Amino acid sequence: MPGLIAASALVKLYAMGEETVHALDGVSFDIERGGYVAIVGPSGSGKSTLMNLIGGLDTPTGGRLHIDGHDIGAMDDSDLAVFRNRTIGFVFQSFNLLPRLTALENVELPLIYGGVESRRRKERAIALLRRVGLGERLAHKPTQLSGGQQQRVAIARALACEPQILLADEPTGALDTHTGREILALFKELNQEGVCVVIVTHDSEVAAQTARIIEMRDGKIVRDQHAPAPA
Amino acid sequence: MIRSTDLVGAAMRALRANPMRSALTALGVIIGVASVVAMVALGSGAQARVEANIQSLGSNLLIVVPGAQRGAGGVRGAAGGWDSLTLGDAEAIERDVANIAAVAPVQNAGGQMIANGLNWNTRVLGVTPHYFIARDLAVENGRPIEDADVSQARRVILLGPTVAQNLFPNMDPVGQTLRLNGGAYEVIGVLESKGQSGFQDQDDIALAPLTTVKRRIAGRRGRGDSISQISVKAVSEDLIPIVEADVTDVLRQRHRTDGDDDDFTVQNLASITDAMKETTQTFTLLLAAIAGVSLLVGGIGIMNIMLVSVTERTREIGLRKALGARRSDILNQFGLEAIALSVAGGAAGLLIGVLGAWGITSAMGLPLVLSAETPIYAMLFSGLVGVTFGAYPAWRAARLDPIEALRRE
Repeated sequence: MPGLIAASALVKLYAMGEETVHALDGVSFDIERGGYVAIVGPSGSGKSTLMNLIGGLDTPTGGRLHIDGHDIGAMDDSDLAVFRNRTIGFVFQSFNLLPRLTALENVELPLIYGGVESRRRKERAIALLRRVGLGERLAHKPTQLSGGQQQRVAIARALACEPQILLADEPTGALDTHTGREILALFKELNQEGVCVVIVTHDSEVAAQTARIIEMRDGKIVRDQHAPAPA
Repeated sequence: MIRSTDLVGAAMRALRANPMRSALTALGVIIGVASVVAMVALGSGAQARVEANIQSLGSNLLIVVPGAQRGAGGVRGAAGGWDSLTLGDAEAIERDVANIAAVAPVQNAGGQMIANGLNWNTRVLGVTPHYFIARDLAVENGRPIEDADVSQARRVILLGPTVAQNLFPNMDPVGQTLRLNGGAYEVIGVLESKGQSGFQDQDDIALAPLTTVKRRIAGRRGRGDSISQISVKAVSEDLIPIVEADVTDVLRQRHRTDGDDDDFTVQNLASITDAMKETTQTFTLLLAAIAGVSLLVGGIGIMNIMLVSVTERTREIGLRKALGARRSDILNQFGLEAIALSVAGGAAGLLIGVLGAWGITSAMGLPLVLSAETPIYAMLFSGLVGVTFGAYPAWRAARLDPIEALRRE
């Protein structure tokens, strides 16, 4: 059985004026269902490009990328939108909540694009906000919430459509150490509940929390290390 | 697939988030629609007024006057001049033309009337009883001119309301005597008011028996058989063209003319009405077109603000795409915002336009004419403005690259 994410000889080229940049230069790896993976590397290593491809925000120039049975390279814009909606849950460094909307409405957003009807949508969003510990903050606007609370709302939003993969880009980058640890603990819980969590980070402390570290440099994987199984 | 109610909800929320900006953006469309609505209503009012005025001259009416119609360059037909119409012409028309309700020969005259030490200068028309039928005239007080008045050339006179008021203020003129061109005449009645006819006061007039005017009032102009005009009333509106052709035939035979050298003109009031209608319609259209330019400017205002909004909300658009919004969802959301702005503007503009039209028409004494289609067109056009000018910003939003958009601060 192939992994949830299967990449083989993945290439992504960008034209930067006259020059062509090999953002990804023949990357191959598999991530199994329920995995907990950190993708690390310095800026310019290609980890953000890889994240964009896994998230269905971009398509590869060469090689093949299959996620949950979908061939990312073969999908058109509309298919990719549906893929992002159903299969991926994004968590961003700067939370990216819509400031005009309440916590509840922010969590409802992916469900709106998924075509879920209003009552079921609200029930699901309330349940998710309770799950991340914000059951009392449903009607708060993002500006009325702390950074950690905002990131919890963002995680609830990412989980809204029951995605296979939670894709987090520096999820603790804007938080203090203590709050960051709480968020990572939440990721771990979610992973134990069966969600595949992929964290893109350059923070080795964050990476150390995961079960597997894929290290990138100059568009290539230079290290793919599985943590020892917890005793 | 996003539900349409959620789409509308998202658009409304975005507009409510910035109420002042939304209102100012819609203002362009409000002014545009209001001015178009007001101008069209004003034009329709003016048109209704013109029609009513011409109608008040008498319905189904043809007026035969001496002299040819002015051709290009204003050259008048050679033959006949001002004496070309005769009583015989009027009798021939009455005898030989079918489908007519009345034929009324008229002799124009004028003079200074004196009564009670007051005087008034006015037109005096010499008429027969048929004139009252042809011109739809009614007598408010007293009696009209009768056949016996004409056959005996009685010295009687009917006054228009303006004349009556000026010569006999605060008293009943009927039975009084006035002096005109050296003769004494008994006032037998006062005409019902016909109102202002754009250029002249139709109530500033006096009527006397045709024979009386020709012999005693018109002076040299009244000698011989010639008359000033013949009013011919057709039985119904659709028979006017036939009657017009028949009258022309009869007169050409009697005057031995063949069309090029006609010494008379048959004026068709219906065609004059049509010409006037066309003029006011053209004018209305012109006003509406000028007002339409402001609608266009309003549309450009919407496009401008929508483009600013797309730039400001780039990150939001990127996020929505990451969460599963398709290009069409983004296109619809921003397109709908533009349409909502312009349609709301259109509704407000319609209201202001109607109020404005009511104000202007009542100030100008015009009737307020609002067609049932006005609101439909106002909403349709403002919707169209929203679609047209919202399309480009929405398209820009929809084709944003989500990665670039999310990176934007």
